[in-house]
Amino acid sequence: MAMAAADIEAMIRTALPDAEVEITDLAGDGDHYAAHVVSASFAGKSRVAQHQIVYRALGGRMGGELHALQLTTAVPN
Amino acid sequence: MSENPASGRIAEIVNGNDVVLFMKGTPLFPQCGFSSRAIAVLDHLNVEYASVDVLQDMEIRQGIKSYSDWPTIPQLYVKGEFVGGSDIMMEMFEAGELQQLMTEASVKSA
Repeated sequence: MAMAAADIEAMIRTALPDAEVEITDLAGDGDHYAAHVVSASFAGKSRVAQHQIVYRALGGRMGGELHALQLTTAVPN
Repeated sequence: MSENPASGRIAEIVNGNDVVLFMKGTPLFPQCGFSSRAIAVLDHLNVEYASVDVLQDMEIRQGIKSYSDWPTIPQLYVKGEFVGGSDIMMEMFEAGELQQLMTEASVKSA
């Protein structure tokens, strides 16, 4: 059921080509990740809207095969 | 509305409580690390809140996800508005924004 970090990163980059994506495997078990996503497309959007963009990029896997993804988002400086 | 049979009940809960957390488990016995973090934040803010254990109600467990267009639980609502999940709660808490939101919404202290 787990997803590889590279797959998560690739899916986010496909939806947000400009994004800087940093994935950390928190538990080393391929199932608990933290992702930090920086993209200009987040500008002017609420935190909820920014996270929704990333969740949509993951195409419904969030909450399913991707149980534990801590997410932080930011706009480039 | 037919695809989300729980939306009426969810709207009632969300609009009937100033602060409500949809979570896995209860505040005393959270059943998931993310729900546990959300409770820790709310306890730290010292605000009065209601909680709904989605593990006890499959219809709400599924329905809450489409209600807010948010795929995960926990979910925090303040004055009927979806605020975010545990990551956003942590971020807002660390920035002092969650405390500010509670004050602006005149939420009662616990």
